[in-house]
Amino acid sequence: MTNILYGALSLGGFALAAGIMLAVAMRLFHVEGDPMAGKIDGVLPQTQCAKCGYPGCKPYSEAVAKGEADVNQCVPGGERVMLQIADLMGVEPKPLAQEPEPPMLAFVREDECIGCTLCIKACPVDAIIGAPKQYHTVVADYCTGCKLCVEPCPVDCIDMILKPEVLEEWTWKSPETVHGPIRIGDSAHATHSV
Amino acid sequence: MLRTLFERIGLIAGGFPGGIHPEQSKLTADMPIRDCPLPPVVIMAVKQHIGEECTPLVEVGQKVLRGQKVARAQGYVSAPVHAPTSGKVIKIEEHPVPHPSGLGRLSIFIEPDGKDAWDRSLEPWPDYRQRDVGELRERVRICGLAGLGGAVFPTFIKLVRDQKHPIHTVILNGIECEPYLTNDHRLMLEQAEQIVSGLDVLMYMTGARHGVIAVEDNKLDAAERMHEAASRLGTAVSVHVLPTRYPQGGEKQLIQAITGREIPAGKLPMHIGILCQNVGTTKAVHDAVLLGRPLTERVVTVTGDAVPNPGNMNVRLGTPMRFVYAQHGLETFDGLHLIHGGPLMGERLPNVDVPVAKSTNGMLAFTTDVMVEAHRRPDPCIRCGHCVEVCPARLVPNELASLCRQDQFDKSQDYGLFDCIECGCCSYVCPSNIPLVQYFRYAKGEVGKINRERIFADLSRQRSQARDERIAREKAERAAKRARVKEDVSESDGGPSSP
Repeated sequence: MTNILYGALSLGGFALAAGIMLAVAMRLFHVEGDPMAGKIDGVLPQTQCAKCGYPGCKPYSEAVAKGEADVNQCVPGGERVMLQIADLMGVEPKPLAQEPEPPMLAFVREDECIGCTLCIKACPVDAIIGAPKQYHTVVADYCTGCKLCVEPCPVDCIDMILKPEVLEEWTWKSPETVHGPIRIGDSAHATHSV
Repeated sequence: MLRTLFERIGLIAGGFPGGIHPEQSKLTADMPIRDCPLPPVVIMAVKQHIGEECTPLVEVGQKVLRGQKVARAQGYVSAPVHAPTSGKVIKIEEHPVPHPSGLGRLSIFIEPDGKDAWDRSLEPWPDYRQRDVGELRERVRICGLAGLGGAVFPTFIKLVRDQKHPIHTVILNGIECEPYLTNDHRLMLEQAEQIVSGLDVLMYMTGARHGVIAVEDNKLDAAERMHEAASRLGTAVSVHVLPTRYPQGGEKQLIQAITGREIPAGKLPMHIGILCQNVGTTKAVHDAVLLGRPLTERVVTVTGDAVPNPGNMNVRLGTPMRFVYAQHGLETFDGLHLIHGGPLMGERLPNVDVPVAKSTNGMLAFTTDVMVEAHRRPDPCIRCGHCVEVCPARLVPNELASLCRQDQFDKSQDYGLFDCIECGCCSYVCPSNIPLVQYFRYAKGEVGKINRERIFADLSRQRSQARDERIAREKAERAAKRARVKEDVSESDGGPSSP
């Protein structure tokens, strides 16, 4: 009888001690927010384009972490980002919800701009500079190509242009995509690429 | 047979592992260097080296002299650009450069006046051994020197006296292991004295005690000529004749072949006390220091089965390639395969109107491109291991290519992707015609792209967070202001009615 009592008491004592330790640890090492959301935010392209249906990259990452959003909703991130998110969440990859677009830049036709500042307010990364009744212009190095400035413009003077290809950022294509012999004509530019 | 086997496993004393013996086809080895006439226009791209782009210093309409600086270096890893002849700047605009993309770069167009008058503002220093080392290094920098072997890394950067890593040996690279190319060979035969003077400058600048001139045994005449010329420097300088093997001219491979020491991954020759310079660059060091002449010309091998009169030519930088090909009798380019550089490491030329650049060691023209044709129809890998045997960086190309093909870039870096020197031996020997090195180039580019995108995303995140914080702050300020106004109003309302 006493044996059972000792057993119950000692086990109960251990359980109590462990419980107290866990409670203390929970308070001591408490993490604000969901760490998974932070990890997902780290792989998102940060265009803040809202094409996923959430107001920005951070809200989308939080929604994915909570299981409210799917892993395939980031449009500019494409296949690679989808695979990374699926890997983080430990779920099966899914086909993309929308086809990704080539990288774009916003361009303000300055002679048509009336200086209303609406696009400046819309830009999620403060890439448009200007002041009331002054021309506005897009800082190309900061523009993420999110298109959020196009809609608010009352005079439709913002164009989305393809991001120009520059020599420094040019890379070799995969041999998989090579087709056609590499022959050059007498013309100024060849159209094939290796 | 046995020798090949030993080579492949790196057993020959002082050798480097792997390598191949492609057909030499050095058609132009006996042809003296000719001077290229003045073209109707010279086109100087503002970047002809590895590093930062330069900023133009001249305006349209301005008269320039040969050797006058026309674009200023930006940042540390950069080399200025000089006018290759005297004349007038006619325009400054983007123009295609020798690059497989066919894309353009800001270029300065100069119309020669035919006088070819030199800018004599840089004093010749035949007494360089009386000069300060820093002064000499600055001279090499302002003369726009970059590695003329093809890698075009700014030369002055390598010429340091570092207490932690003192340079004990200067190795002159006269290997020229690429088939077809003979420009370094001819330069060694015709300008051995200048090369040896340049070597002496380099040895003085780095404080090196030994100088080694490395030549392959397919150009013994050049080795003999260099030996004669170097004898005036006494026993400090020796000529090493190495058995011909590609890619022996690679910096790391050459150092391993001569010293038996392998440069660890991510380290430089400097870390094992060695400076390696191409013979052409060394000749340019001589011109810069002893003659006070910036880099305005280089020797180019123009060859290939489509070139009627192949040869070596001393060409002004900026000369349109169409003009240079025309000097060798080649005027129509329909259906030809043009290559900038050697046949193994060179890159396809998408446009013949590009100018000769500091990196142009060869301009080849072929009627067929056997490799490209074959690589269009690769067969599955049969695991023969030939690519592993020939890889001078001791990588496993078949495994690495399979990772790159599946876009597994993190894992491919564990397999040494960035130790690949892109020599192309693996693609050359592959019996299944798998374009191995092309996969590595693709993967390296993608890794760079991913890193750039990551940096841009981090910048965008910071900007977006700063904006959110600003909006929140402004909102709070407005709310506080409203609250204050409300308080004032209620106070002034309540004031008179209170007893």
